[in-house]
Amino acid sequence: MPLLELRNVSRHYGRLSAVDNVSLSIEAGEFFTLLGPSGCGKTTILRMIAGFDAPDTGQILLDGQDLADTPPERRPLHTVFQSYALFPHLSVAENIEFPLKMAQVAASERARRVRETLEAVSLSDKADAMPQQLSGGQQQRVALARALVNQPRLLLLDEPLAALDHKLREQMQMELIGLQRDLGITFVFVTHHQPEALALSHRIAVMNQGHVEQLDEPSKIYAAPRNRFVAHFIGDINLLDCTLLARENDQLRLAIPGLGEILAPAHTTAQPGQTGAFAIRPEQMLIGDPAQHRDLPNRRDGVVRELLYSGDVTTYKVELANGLHIQALLANVKPGLVQFFEVGDAVSVAWPADAGLFLDA
Amino acid sequence: MRKTSPWLWLSALLVCLFLYIPLAVVVVYSFNDSRLNAEWVGFTWHWYQVLLHDEEMLQAAANSIFIAICASLIATTLGTMAGIAIQRYKLRLLPVLTITPVAMPEILLGVSLLLFFIQVLHLTLGLLSVLIAHITFCIGFVAIVVRARLAGMDESIFEAARDLGATPWQTFRLITLPLIMPAVVAGALMSFTLSIDDFVITFFTAGVGVSTLPLQIYSMIKIAVTPEVNAVSTLLMLLTLGMIMLATRFDKSVLRGQG
Repeated sequence: MPLLELRNVSRHYGRLSAVDNVSLSIEAGEFFTLLGPSGCGKTTILRMIAGFDAPDTGQILLDGQDLADTPPERRPLHTVFQSYALFPHLSVAENIEFPLKMAQVAASERARRVRETLEAVSLSDKADAMPQQLSGGQQQRVALARALVNQPRLLLLDEPLAALDHKLREQMQMELIGLQRDLGITFVFVTHHQPEALALSHRIAVMNQGHVEQLDEPSKIYAAPRNRFVAHFIGDINLLDCTLLARENDQLRLAIPGLGEILAPAHTTAQPGQTGAFAIRPEQMLIGDPAQHRDLPNRRDGVVRELLYSGDVTTYKVELANGLHIQALLANVKPGLVQFFEVGDAVSVAWPADAGLFLDA
Repeated sequence: MRKTSPWLWLSALLVCLFLYIPLAVVVVYSFNDSRLNAEWVGFTWHWYQVLLHDEEMLQAAANSIFIAICASLIATTLGTMAGIAIQRYKLRLLPVLTITPVAMPEILLGVSLLLFFIQVLHLTLGLLSVLIAHITFCIGFVAIVVRARLAGMDESIFEAARDLGATPWQTFRLITLPLIMPAVVAGALMSFTLSIDDFVITFFTAGVGVSTLPLQIYSMIKIAVTPEVNAVSTLLMLLTLGMIMLATRFDKSVLRGQG
């Protein structure tokens, strides 16, 4: 039996459908992420699990028990809020002690667990500090410690890293992974930040306009997005409108207006005549001198129109013969060389027949 | 620091003079050793001693203090509840309804309360009617101050308390109340000063038998402005000033009025 199950959950605000018939199962010990743009319903789902909001229809079950009549304080789960929501009039230690007090844990036991938890998040020296005296990263740790101190079955995290700067964010991501692995507590994580979702999660539910577009492991979500929304939302991708001409063995023959025919791997059950998009990641694109890559079946000439140098890699925006722009990414691995091509250079872009995929939705 | 124009200082000074010269006159003449307020004769504590032996005045003062304490306690309780409700439920009408008595002309409130007590409740006017009237106009002030304090707070704090195992009552007692306490105390002190100073509404709702300090002062100056009136006014002024200063110490939004 899954730890947490959502069965056909819907929530409307007036005529706006925030969550539309969502069903999910989350297993014990899982790091599960709800990923989507703002307003996609992910936070509403989290609030319904926590008990601050209730579904209009459908059920939320924890260990097979319907939570509908359980108020937030009696649900064996805690939330880490985006704003941390630390109690400003209580010290760090008192904040962490709060859930233990509410659970009527004996005073000596409370003191021991607060001490241990403070050590676990390396804040022992801040026990008597007030929350507003701490840095953002430290406040984040206190919020985590407070939510974990009485070992909930489930931890809900609502964009907990959004307020941190980039370096701290990466460091906290590492700590979250370690914490989740060591404690074995199930995490349900909400974020709109897709690299974070890919880095942290065991499984991701990509949400859009109240429903789940795709639910899969991070690598599947990235490599095999089910539709244009997922492809576009996760990472950078080239989407070229095309028509499926024929299936040949394990390959598809696609026609791209103005670019002619290309070959793509046959991951889909789509039938000839169907229109859709050919999706390919910039890092799967090979970019070279006009003479290069003549052995590859999918090869077009173009001109570099823009480039974005990011240190480790450079992203080139190449204009093809039909006026389409596609992005290709090249790692800057050659010592001493900043980039391979300049704006205005004639280049060729090519990709193997087994790269990319045809999306019919 | 930004350089301040001397004209700004001058105008501020003029405003202060305009506001406080009349009050200063009252204070100064309360120490005047003369039966008339006409000219300065010499310093005396005499009028304060007269005050202490004036039975009617002492009774009025006792009434005023009793009403002010009761009214501020009850209005603070109700006003705090109203302030929390306004902030929590984001109701459109409730803030207007709660705050209107604050802005409404006192004479209107006085007349309507009088009619309400006599014609609807068939209440004999006295301490109770004055008390109810004072509670009525104090609630709005407390609600405004409490709400202003809550408005500056992260609402997820209260959800976090529930989430971490606190019942709604525990959340109020352990989180909400300690956080809004400065506003609650400031609201109570403001209610106390409003109640002890009030004349118009009290005048309409007190009936014949009961007097409060402002009513007593008014009845005395109908005859003549004696230095005894100056003395009691000075004491009332001091009390009010002290309360307002205390209230602003507890919560700065008192100064801003509506937060």
